[in-house]
Amino acid sequence: MKPGCIWRTLRGAVCLLVALYMLVPIAIVVVISFSSGQFLSFPPPGFSLQWYRALNDPAWTSSLATSVEVMIPAALLSTCLGLGAALMLRREGLPGAPLIRGILLSPLVIPVIITGAAFYSVFRPLGLHGTVLGLIVAHTVLCIPYALTTITSSLAMVDWRIAQASASLGARPFTTFRRVTFPSISSGVISSFLFSLVVSFDEVVVSMFVSGPDARPVTVQMWSNIRGDVDPTIAALASVLFVFALLILLLEAIFGRGEATEQ
Amino acid sequence: MAAVVRLVRRSDWLGVPAVLLVLGMFAWPVVSFLAKSVTDPHVGLQNFVSVATDSVYAKVLLNTVVISATTTIFTLLLGYPVAYTIARASGRRRRLMIFVVLIPFWTSLLVRTFSWMILLQPHGVINSLLLASGLIEHPLELIFNRTGLFIAMVQMQLPFLIFPLFNVLSKIDDAYMRASANLGASPFTTFWRVYFPLSMPGIVAGSMLVFVTSLGYFVTPALLGGLRDMMVAQLIDEQVADIGTWGVPAALSVILLCGTAMIFLIIKRATGATRKGARR
Repeated sequence: MKPGCIWRTLRGAVCLLVALYMLVPIAIVVVISFSSGQFLSFPPPGFSLQWYRALNDPAWTSSLATSVEVMIPAALLSTCLGLGAALMLRREGLPGAPLIRGILLSPLVIPVIITGAAFYSVFRPLGLHGTVLGLIVAHTVLCIPYALTTITSSLAMVDWRIAQASASLGARPFTTFRRVTFPSISSGVISSFLFSLVVSFDEVVVSMFVSGPDARPVTVQMWSNIRGDVDPTIAALASVLFVFALLILLLEAIFGRGEATEQ
Repeated sequence: MAAVVRLVRRSDWLGVPAVLLVLGMFAWPVVSFLAKSVTDPHVGLQNFVSVATDSVYAKVLLNTVVISATTTIFTLLLGYPVAYTIARASGRRRRLMIFVVLIPFWTSLLVRTFSWMILLQPHGVINSLLLASGLIEHPLELIFNRTGLFIAMVQMQLPFLIFPLFNVLSKIDDAYMRASANLGASPFTTFWRVYFPLSMPGIVAGSMLVFVTSLGYFVTPALLGGLRDMMVAQLIDEQVADIGTWGVPAALSVILLCGTAMIFLIIKRATGATRKGARR
């Protein structure tokens, strides 16, 4: 065997191992969630939907409802705000553009534990702590960097000559935006909305600090259960969360910019 | 006056709500929390003094740096061949490989940590399979120690290394390698003297990103690490949520943030192509 061949085989083996390393743990969780046994044993003794039925418990359904109540407004708000910010930052020669961009991206750069502690200290005097509104505000802020970057990169693809043509033919700025600019960035806006949904739905650390007994998203509920007795209900819930993210990825590939899979 | 009006165009107002929200509901809370490091319980540097002098805090900070650095090294060793293979592949194969790396990337951190709990427990999947196959007689200790923590953290951080590195690798011009080979260099020499140096910006960007994000890890060390592997984020959480003090956790946050900011500056110096990676 030539040395080049050995290296190639070795590289292939590493890639295969990494692929298994990435996929097998989550696959095992999905398999265990259909277990007919009482424990998290693998391979499961038989097939059953009992752990999915166990999810139909007020503790889980109410927290799932909270997650949905938070994620949809947060994704809508962050996408609208991100779109506005992206349109503002598009202009060349905007004073302080790097600073503004830095401020808007900062929620992504600051470690979430610091963000969580900061919200905890400020939201309580404001009456936002432990409320759905507080969670929406927190998640919107966390989603804005994703919305801004996704929409900015789709704005970069717009052919501005068409917008200029529309304006020179007498269309008002808003008409130009609605009929020309927006249709060409709509896939970026959809991607931004879908990414924000996933970011909000999966968020746990900041939510832990913001949530209370009346407003507890499903990830926080899951966190407190994992630290106690772990039963296959958590595996069922984890599978639901995983399939949700996968579904959004798929939707993004079809209706969005396909950015999640197209680096 | 007319100049000012011209400077502020109509479309500029569209961004104002986002900026106001982030300033009011993010920047202000973070700054006022960090300010507590020098104002709580009274004005002065006492919180930084206690962090510097108390051996518990020093140990946690050291843990954080050591765990993050080790994670970064393992991630780089595993991620480089993968990024290289993705960069050399094309069409459907490349898309498939990117997809495989992205699935865990978009899966909730909590779900992935939970999946490692199931696998690594004393009676978990890995131990039962190894025991059944007769390779071991007693369960391996894979959880609540650094072994488990590294196994999980490296998996979670791999996408953060692979994507920035892949971005750089896919732009390396093949002509350099052909020239090197034509001049008589062996494949190994070509890789080591030509390709590897060209990939350096990607290595720096990717591993710095992995290191920085590892510094702030909370969920994974809390669920998989042992008591002796406490990281700084866990200490901040414990102080704020359980004990209810503000000064020391704020001081720890300032230290964590300064470390993060310093490394981001290094990345920015080393390469301009980090934003795409930092985004995800």
